[in-house]
Amino acid sequence: MRVVASILLLGLAALVSAQEPAPLEVLKVRGNVYMVASPMGNVTVQVGRDPGHDGVLLVDSGPAASSGRILAEIRKLTAEPIRYILNTSADADHTGGNEQIAKPDARPYYVPPDVSVFGHDNVLARMSAPESGVPAAAWPTLTFYDTKVFEFNGETVQVFAEKNAHTDGDSVVLFRGSNVLSAGDVFLTTGYPVIDLKRGGSIQGEIRALNHILELTVPHAMQEGGTMVIPGHGRLCDQADVVEYRDMLTIIRDRVADLMQKGKSLEEVKAARPTRDYDRRYSTTGWTGDMLIDAIYRSLKGK
Amino acid sequence: MTASAMSLLVGAALLANFPAPAQIRAGFNLSGMWSSMYHEDELERTDPGSPAGDYLGIPINDDDRLRADTWDADLISVLEHQCIPHSAIYAMRAPSNLKISTVDDPTTGQIVAFIIDGTYTGPRTIWLDARPHPSQFAAHTWAGFSTGAWEGDTLRVETTHIKAGYLRRNGIAFSDQATLTEFWDLHDKYLTLTSIAEDPVYLTEPLVRTESWVWNPYQVFQPIAGFGACLPHPELAKPAGWIPHHLPGTNTVTREFSEQYGVPFEAARGGAETMYPEYQKKLKQMAIPHPKVFEAKFGREHSDAPAEKRP
Repeated sequence: MRVVASILLLGLAALVSAQEPAPLEVLKVRGNVYMVASPMGNVTVQVGRDPGHDGVLLVDSGPAASSGRILAEIRKLTAEPIRYILNTSADADHTGGNEQIAKPDARPYYVPPDVSVFGHDNVLARMSAPESGVPAAAWPTLTFYDTKVFEFNGETVQVFAEKNAHTDGDSVVLFRGSNVLSAGDVFLTTGYPVIDLKRGGSIQGEIRALNHILELTVPHAMQEGGTMVIPGHGRLCDQADVVEYRDMLTIIRDRVADLMQKGKSLEEVKAARPTRDYDRRYSTTGWTGDMLIDAIYRSLKGK
Repeated sequence: MTASAMSLLVGAALLANFPAPAQIRAGFNLSGMWSSMYHEDELERTDPGSPAGDYLGIPINDDDRLRADTWDADLISVLEHQCIPHSAIYAMRAPSNLKISTVDDPTTGQIVAFIIDGTYTGPRTIWLDARPHPSQFAAHTWAGFSTGAWEGDTLRVETTHIKAGYLRRNGIAFSDQATLTEFWDLHDKYLTLTSIAEDPVYLTEPLVRTESWVWNPYQVFQPIAGFGACLPHPELAKPAGWIPHHLPGTNTVTREFSEQYGVPFEAARGGAETMYPEYQKKLKQMAIPHPKVFEAKFGREHSDAPAEKRP
């Protein structure tokens, strides 16, 4: 009986543990900007310094299951109203909280919904596609194609489209006064970038986006500090971390391109293991080095 | 009773009435000027540094061997690479004439931290106040985040949150998952550091290295890293995004170390096995290349030597 009870208890404990939500951590980045971090992804929070000023701007809203807890963390930072959610892509782990966080009863004030959520044109196109299953309340209400610049909370906010990188709807957000860049899934520290060919991603666009981030960021001294970079997933970074990531991806791209130039088939390219020296660091079960090679090969092949 | 005997008695009485305050001695104060000694691994630590292809004595795995084989020294001319300094894992190797100072608690006067300056990493703080290490989401730096605690007269330092960097200046990489454990010891006027680097990504075993310094209060200190110490400047007209590297299997430079220094190529490839004395037995089974670099050196230094004495 005792054994059975112990097994049941152990099973129950495992069940509780499996259902336990990923812990959230709030890190002050610089100036007006905070990072709400969790293994599920990062949400960037820009808050005003003066009460009654502009309010709160979010870059991404996290997965739907975390939105209540993300909102609670924001409320610990400020009671000011949330005015904007900028979506860096159409991915559910970056837009899942749109509906919950943007709906009026989540805010102690009224904000016209047509200005509350915005993203690249293709984010709206992806989210509003019939097969997406995303409710209309979560769709961007304001879109842009190339860049978007405005002032909020006393600093200039620049949004740049990073065309055909991870997807065809990526963007990065630069907070010029705070000197912080929020990179979305164009830059991760938890794995290789997911080049989603079906949704318009490409290896050349991804590398172009990383090089663009390097143009937008400036280190303080000895290639450290200065502009801080919040990745879509993973730890807080600066330019040097993006350099390491850009180098890695460029080197892998060059290796794959060289093998293709020598007439190797996809299977032969995979067999040559051009990601081998980076796999232990960046390959994950969800997106392996092999998957990256596949995406690079097809992307360079144009199919 | 003489006057001095009387003084002794009075002194003893005073001591009996006023017991000495409890003294807690932990370790020693590292602060001061320390000149680096390069008697260990001199060629690697000073100029010219490790030749390309010298992985001897480093417990790298095959992945790191490929990283090093495909590394191109031209990388340093890329704008974003020009000011990358040594990180904590390499910084104490050289150049490292140290100035060590303390951060003191203003109330108790206790040492809260040591600040080690004089390396390319720039000032590095070792906290002694048992503060926790930052979260997994915190930024990494070249110096990392260090905490120290005394184990007898040895200061044990644990460092995490280090940016990815190099174990040698020839492309042997370590990842941002690497950690560093250090032991600081004082022997008379000599300060010895034993460091243990561990990296689940690129090392199969811990890498243990030592360096020493000698106390030198006359040392003129000059910081070599910090704000304004390096400003990147375009050196070559290259397309944006240019990253020099060798494609796998194409770098012939990696053979030069073996040929120049008379080290069997297999040994020069490094790996944990090459760290241990037992490896000497295996070395004896290998063909030793003729060390060209020493021949050339001998030739230069003994150009007037009789022909029969020349190699």
